[in-house]
Amino acid sequence: MKSDIILAGVGGQGILSIAAAIGLAAVKENLYIKQAEVHGMSQRGGDVQSNLRISDKPIASDLIPAGKATLILSVEPMESLRYLPLLSENGWLVTNSTPFNNITDYPSTESIIAEIKKVKNHIIIDADAIAKEAGSSRASNIVMLGAASPFLDMPFESIEDGIRQLFGRKGADVVETNLKALRAGRAYTEKNS
Amino acid sequence: MEKQLLLGDEALAQGAIDAGLSGVYAYPGTPSTEIMEYVQGSKLAAERNIHRKWSANEKTAMEAAIGMSYAGKRAMVCFKHVGLNVAADAFVNAAVTGVNGGLVVVSADDPSMHSSQNEQDSRFYAKFAMIPILEPSNQQEAYDMAYIAFELSEQLNVPIMIRITTRLAHSRADVVRKAMKQQNEVKLPSDPRQFVLLPAIARRNYKKLLLGQAAMELEAEKSPFNQYIEGANKKMGIITTGIAFNYLMENYPDRVCPYPVLKITQYPLPQKLVSKIYNECDELLILEEGAPVVEEMIRGFLNLGKPVHGRLNGLLPRDGELNPNLVAKSLGMSYYEGNAIPEIVKNRPPSLCQGCGHRDVYADLNEALKEYGTGRVFADIGCYTLGALPPFNAINTTVDMGASITMAKGAADAGLVPAVAVIGDSTFTHSGMTGLLDAVLENAPITVIISDNSTTGMTGGQDSSALGKILEICKGIGVDPEHIHVTTPLHKNHEENVALIKKELAYQGVSVIIPQRECIQTFARRKREEKKNA
Repeated sequence: MKSDIILAGVGGQGILSIAAAIGLAAVKENLYIKQAEVHGMSQRGGDVQSNLRISDKPIASDLIPAGKATLILSVEPMESLRYLPLLSENGWLVTNSTPFNNITDYPSTESIIAEIKKVKNHIIIDADAIAKEAGSSRASNIVMLGAASPFLDMPFESIEDGIRQLFGRKGADVVETNLKALRAGRAYTEKNS
Repeated sequence: MEKQLLLGDEALAQGAIDAGLSGVYAYPGTPSTEIMEYVQGSKLAAERNIHRKWSANEKTAMEAAIGMSYAGKRAMVCFKHVGLNVAADAFVNAAVTGVNGGLVVVSADDPSMHSSQNEQDSRFYAKFAMIPILEPSNQQEAYDMAYIAFELSEQLNVPIMIRITTRLAHSRADVVRKAMKQQNEVKLPSDPRQFVLLPAIARRNYKKLLLGQAAMELEAEKSPFNQYIEGANKKMGIITTGIAFNYLMENYPDRVCPYPVLKITQYPLPQKLVSKIYNECDELLILEEGAPVVEEMIRGFLNLGKPVHGRLNGLLPRDGELNPNLVAKSLGMSYYEGNAIPEIVKNRPPSLCQGCGHRDVYADLNEALKEYGTGRVFADIGCYTLGALPPFNAINTTVDMGASITMAKGAADAGLVPAVAVIGDSTFTHSGMTGLLDAVLENAPITVIISDNSTTGMTGGQDSSALGKILEICKGIGVDPEHIHVTTPLHKNHEENVALIKKELAYQGVSVIIPQRECIQTFARRKREEKKNA
């Protein structure tokens, strides 16, 4: 088993929570894990990414080599395209459709969607809308995790447990909302892939 | 013990705690910040009463750690690579005093300059000070090395440097802990004059340091962290340092490299092991994260020996981080390159947060400076450095911690009047105060803006040594109280703040304006915590 995941977004969008949930699931499955994060200057509204590698064998590099990522999970559509050189031939690109526009030359949504559709395996999901339906607009990153979960090569129950652990100290309500968001994201992908 | 998922920084911290650490001293700086933060968050560290408060700067941190070592206890200092420049005086001389309690210096380098103004390699400093380096290749080694480093320091009677780079500092992996050691008791050095670096004693100590080099090399020769891995194909021998080993092995899915590999993670460079790979192989490839330190040593100035490949002969880039693909290329291996980034993808540089007080400071300052023209704002290191980017384009220099005030003074000395310095609260107490004294002593015509967000913002909101003290510090240094002003940088105060800056720009002496508004990030965090605890 081997998943090489690029988590992409803009500083402050919560990709590290996604990474943490997957990480907890991987530990439960007794898998090896390496997760390289971006801290520091870029966190101030710049593009950020995390290289998350999970395997049943020891992992060498903290960084995913070019053309080896099995999944790009992006919480922002333009950011999903920034890491295409890393995506493997049969890898999946799963992205939120809601732009985070904090620059003056942000491209048109149509042009972004057109580029994403050129990728063989892709899922475009309005995670913000689905998160709202699930009860919390702040859970859109967890909707994204749910949408990407079928490509993670891990039992869904372990990811659910990861969510329980991650949000446990915030109370049962927060756990339930995030589990709902996770399942809604997964249901979307199951219907649309 | 059970596995824990730790950042390289956190693994170092946990290793040090378990090794009987009594105090950690640090100033925040990416990628080193999380070492101290982990100790601050550790229940165990609290139970064991380990010192874990931030220092005013890296030099004060280094000196406090030397003091703790003098008193017989184990101390660790942590900073980013450029922080070592600030601490360098104390650092280099600590090699001459030697240690009493184990002393470990963690310097976190930032190749590719993700969050830094240069990519200097701390290994040069350790070589300069003639002390050993431990350079972990993974998180478990980071833990294990921090765990043994204090004993090694006590045994060799020198500080030990642990050098890490961004990717290890900020990458998580499983770490297994070892048994917890007791802290040392307070115990004075057996030689009461060991730490008195009067020339006569310093000369004696320095000779000891020189004599000690052989023991340091012997430790590196027999270190389990340095490994010689046999390979059948002797056409090439590969020497890796630190995490470069991982990038090499990534290219061999079964983790077997056909060439002999010498994995270096403890210095000084072990001569026997290096001779072995040199003699066995036709050519050498040197893979190291950072500057070509080892490559230069092996190649030699005249480069008369066997071919040595690496960053110096262009097989690898001279600057920037390594990665598995660069290493593959250097070995002549091909790989699937993936699809190109579509042209529509634009750069997304970092920017000041919406609602940040620095934004208002720059809006006010730009307006006030209109009549004088651009090119006269000397800034410093912190979030407000982002004022260099659009839409503000407000600052003209950023060099090192504290350089805003001193550079403004130098420019004013040259006749560029008015000159403006922009510095943050934490940077001001780090290295700005002494420069302000220089300016006051000559009544230099500069306007100093201390943009006070009451935290160390860029590194994530650590306590600022300046909190609640800036006004009194400026008065104490001798700035005329009539030319010290505390303001509130809010849009509604724009006109008033512009007028005040204009007035002080016209004044032919030192003025200090302190726009004060809490960092929007720490403010939000504080409100969340208050709500949670309510």
